[in-house]
Amino acid sequence: MRLLEVENLTTYYKLKEGYVRACENISLHLERGEAIGLVGESASGKTTAALSLIKLLPENAHVMAGSIKIEGRDISGATEEELRHIRWKDIAIIFQGAMNALNPVRRVGAQIVEAVRIHDKLSEKEACKRTAELFDQVEIDPDRVREYPHEFSGGMRQRVMIAMAIACNPKIIIGDEPTTALDVMVQAQVLQLLETLRREREMGMLLITHDLSVVGETCDRVAVMYAGQIVENGPTEKVFSDPAHPYTRALIAAFPNIEGERFLAASIPGNPPNLLAPPGGCRFHERCSEAYGLCSNEVPALTNISPGHSAFCHLLQRRVKV
Amino acid sequence: MNSALVKKDTFALWKKNLSSFWSIYRQNSMGLIGMVILLIFALMAILGPYLVDITIMTVDGVTQVIHPPTSEYWLGTDDLGKDILAGVIVGSRVSLMVGLAATAISMVIGTVVGIVSGFYGRVVDALLMRFTDVFLVIPWLPLMLVMAALLGPSLGNIIFVIGITSWAGTARIIRSQTLSVKERPYVERARAIGSGDTHIMFYHILPNVFPLIFANTVLVAAVAILSETTLSFLGMGDPTQVTWGMMLHFAFSMGAVSFGAWWWLLPPGICVVLVVLSFTFIGYALDEVLNPKLRRRDQ
Amino acid sequence: MNMRGYLLRKFIQASITIFIVVFMNFFLFRIMPGDPIRVLIRNPKISADALERVREQFGLNESRLVQFWIYLRDLFSGDLGTSFNYRQPVWDIVMERVPATVLLIGTATVLSIIIGVLLGVIFAWKRGTRVDIVGLSVSLVLYSMPTFWVAIIMVMIFAVYWQIFPLGGMGMPGTFYASAWAELTSQLRYMFLPTITFTLILIGEYVLIMRSSLLEVMREDYMLTARAKGVNNRNLLLKHALPNAMLPVVTLIAINLGFIVGGTIQIETVFSWPGLGRLMYTALTNRDYPVLQGLFLLITIAVIGANFCADILYRYLDPRVKS
Repeated sequence: MRLLEVENLTTYYKLKEGYVRACENISLHLERGEAIGLVGESASGKTTAALSLIKLLPENAHVMAGSIKIEGRDISGATEEELRHIRWKDIAIIFQGAMNALNPVRRVGAQIVEAVRIHDKLSEKEACKRTAELFDQVEIDPDRVREYPHEFSGGMRQRVMIAMAIACNPKIIIGDEPTTALDVMVQAQVLQLLETLRREREMGMLLITHDLSVVGETCDRVAVMYAGQIVENGPTEKVFSDPAHPYTRALIAAFPNIEGERFLAASIPGNPPNLLAPPGGCRFHERCSEAYGLCSNEVPALTNISPGHSAFCHLLQRRVKV
Repeated sequence: MNSALVKKDTFALWKKNLSSFWSIYRQNSMGLIGMVILLIFALMAILGPYLVDITIMTVDGVTQVIHPPTSEYWLGTDDLGKDILAGVIVGSRVSLMVGLAATAISMVIGTVVGIVSGFYGRVVDALLMRFTDVFLVIPWLPLMLVMAALLGPSLGNIIFVIGITSWAGTARIIRSQTLSVKERPYVERARAIGSGDTHIMFYHILPNVFPLIFANTVLVAAVAILSETTLSFLGMGDPTQVTWGMMLHFAFSMGAVSFGAWWWLLPPGICVVLVVLSFTFIGYALDEVLNPKLRRRDQ
Repeated sequence: MNMRGYLLRKFIQASITIFIVVFMNFFLFRIMPGDPIRVLIRNPKISADALERVREQFGLNESRLVQFWIYLRDLFSGDLGTSFNYRQPVWDIVMERVPATVLLIGTATVLSIIIGVLLGVIFAWKRGTRVDIVGLSVSLVLYSMPTFWVAIIMVMIFAVYWQIFPLGGMGMPGTFYASAWAELTSQLRYMFLPTITFTLILIGEYVLIMRSSLLEVMREDYMLTARAKGVNNRNLLLKHALPNAMLPVVTLIAINLGFIVGGTIQIETVFSWPGLGRLMYTALTNRDYPVLQGLFLLITIAVIGANFCADILYRYLDPRVKS
C-alpha cells in the first residue's frame, strides 16, 4: 500500500475576475521512506499543491477535485475536525526559513510541547522531556527551549522547525523551501540533518524547491510543475540526464552547472502565463522553442517514456508514433 | 538640461500620476461618499449666505424664542429667536475656515520639523524628536485650553492654538519617510553635483513625501474641526462669531438640554459629525490608494 | 539591552519630558500677552500700592530666572499656589477631586477595552459580513463625534425624555440612605450615564485597532504553522493570535491617555461630575489661573507616568523588544 497517493488534485483561487487555476490535475505518489521533489518557477503552484493535501489554504481557495489517500485511507472528504488530527500527526510541514513560522511572543519549547500534546496523550512534563530530546536530535542545546524565536539565528530557527515537524513522528513531511534564504553552508547542514532524521524514521518527504541541486542531492524522484500542472515526473537521475519535456530541459539549462565550470544560465524567454486565463493546448507552448501547430490547440496526453518516467508533451507522442 | 523641458516633464508626470490616482480612488466607495459630503458642505459654506435669509438671524419677537421647527423656521429658533438653520449655514463658513487654517499651520510645522529632523539626523534629529515627543505626550485638550485661556477668545487665537498643538504626529511620519527618501540615488546625485541642503529638501525630498503629507492633512483636518468645536463649547471661542461649536456652547449654557430643545442641539452637532466623518472616510480611502500593500491584500 | 538599562533610559526620557513641561508651564503663564500681575489679580482698579505688594508676594519683581527658581522650589515642596476662587491651596483642591475622576476614567477605560477587544475579535472573525460592516460603520461614526455632544445626547435621551437616570452630579451630599445597598444603587445610577458615554467614546478606536490588528496577525506565517499543527480554532485565537494582536492595543492605551483626559473634561462638564475635568472647566470660566496651572501640570505628569508604565508593560508582553 502506498504511503501517499494523490490523484487529479485541482485547486483554484476565487478572485473578483474569476478563478485562478493555481493547481490542476496533480497526481503524485510517495512510498515509505521515499523523497520526492516538486520543482518549478515561483508561482507555479507547488506550494498550493502541497498545502491542498491537508487543506491549509486561504479562504478564497477551493479544492475542486481530486483524491488524497494516506495509506489507503481517503482524506479528501475529511471534515475540519478530522483534518485537525491528520495535520502534524500524519503530515507535518517545514516552512520556508525566511518566514516567521514561529510565534514571536511564545517560547519555542512551548510551541513544540503544544504540538506534542495535541496529538499524543502526554503530560506536560513528558512533553517537555520529549521536546528536550528533540532539541538534542537537531543539535541545539536543550536549555534553549525557554528562548524566543528572535533569539535564534536563521539556521537555528530551521532546526527548531525540524524538531517541531518530527515531534509527533509524522509519516510524511512536506518541506516548503526549507533551506531557501539560508547561507549556503547552513543550507547544507540543515539539509543533511533533515536527511539523517528522515532516513532514521523512514518518513516520506515532499520537498518543494526551485533549487535543482537540492533535489539532486536528496530526492529519489522529481515532479516538475509548470503553470499549475505537473509536466514531467520520474526518477531523479532519469529526469536530470534525459529530460523529456522542453520545459524541464529549459529549467535544467537555466540552472548553473553544479559540477564543472559555471556557464551563463540560459533563461527561458517570456513570462509564465496568467493563470486566470491560461493558454489553450499545452500551457508551455507560447514559450516553447519546439512548439508546433498541435501544441496550441490540443492538451497533450500523458506519455510514458520508461517505467516510472512520464511527461505531458505532444513531441513525445510524435516521437513514439514516428 | 533645458529647465523648461524639465518643468514640462514634471507636469506630465504629475498629470499621469494624478489620473492613475483618480482611477484607483474612485473605486473606493468610502472615499467617494466622503468627498460628496465634503463638497456639499463646501458649497454650503461658499453659497450659504446668499441662499438663506440672514436677516432672520436678528432678534425676532419674544414668542418665537426656543421654538421647535415650524414651516417658517425649519430647524426652530434659539433663546434669542435666531433661526437655527441660518446659524448652521453661516456657521459652516467659520467652522470650516478655522479647521482648514489650523490644519495648514499644523502641516507646515509638522512637515518642516519632520524633513529637517530626518534630513540632518544626529543632534538636530535627537533634539527635534525629543521636543516632538513632548508634544505627543502632553494631553492635547488641556494644553489647548490653557493656551486659549491665556491668549483670550478670538478666532485667530483658536486657529493658532490648534495649529501649534497638533503637528507632532505629522512630524513623526514625515521624518520616517524622509529617512528612506534621503537614501535614494537621486538625492546622492543631487548632493554630488553640489546642490545645497535647502535645494535638496525642497526639490527632492518634499515632492517624495508629498503623498504622505496629503493623506495626513485630511486626518489632521478632522482633528482640527473637532478641536474647534470642543474649544468653543468649553467657552474658549470668540463669542462674536457663529460657529457650530459656539452654537452648541450657547445652547448648553442656556439650558437647551433641560428644555429638551433637540432642534437646537442636534443640527450643529450632526454637521460636525458629518464633516469629521467625511475627512475620516477620505483619509481611509487615501491610505488604501497610497499604500498598495493594503490594496492587494483584499484580493 | 537589559531590563534595568531600558528602565533607566525610559525614566530619564520621562524626566526630561516632565522638566520641559514644568518649564513650559512656568513660561506659558508669564510670557502670554499682558502684565501677568493684571492677569493674576483681575482687578483693573487695584491701587498701585496693593499692586506692588502682590508683585512682591508672587516674586514678580525678581528676574525671570529667579522667579523660575522660586517656582521650582515651591513645586518640590508641593506648593502649587492658592486658588483665586476657592481661597484654598491648589494642591488640596486638586487632590479632593482625584477619586471621582479616577473612578470615572478607570471604569470607562476597563469597560471600553474589554468590550472593544471582544467586538474587534468578533468583527475580524466575521469580516465582510453584515455584522462586520454595521459594526465598523458605528465605530467610525462614534469615533467622529465630539465627546461633549455624545454626552449631551445621552443626557437628553436618558435623563430628560425617559428620566431613568439623573441629569448629573454624583449624588446629593448629606443624603441619608436606608441601607448600604440603597446607597450603592443610587451611586451606580449617578455613575451610569457618564461611564457609558465615556465607554462609547473610547470604544470605537479599540474596535478598529483590534479588528485590523487581528486580521493582520491571522495572515502571519506562524498562524499557518499553528493550523498545520492541528491547533483548534479556540486556541488558535487565544494562544496564537491574541497575544500578538493585543500589542497594538497596549500601544493605543498609552497613546489614548491624552485623549482620555480630554474626554473627561468634556464629560464631567456635561454631567457636572465633581472631578478634575469639571474643576478645569470652572477654573477656565473663572480664569482661576493658579488652579489651571497646577491642574495642567499634575495631569500632564500623570499622563507621562502612565505612559512610562505602558512602555514597561509592552516590553513585558513583547519579548522581541528586549533584545
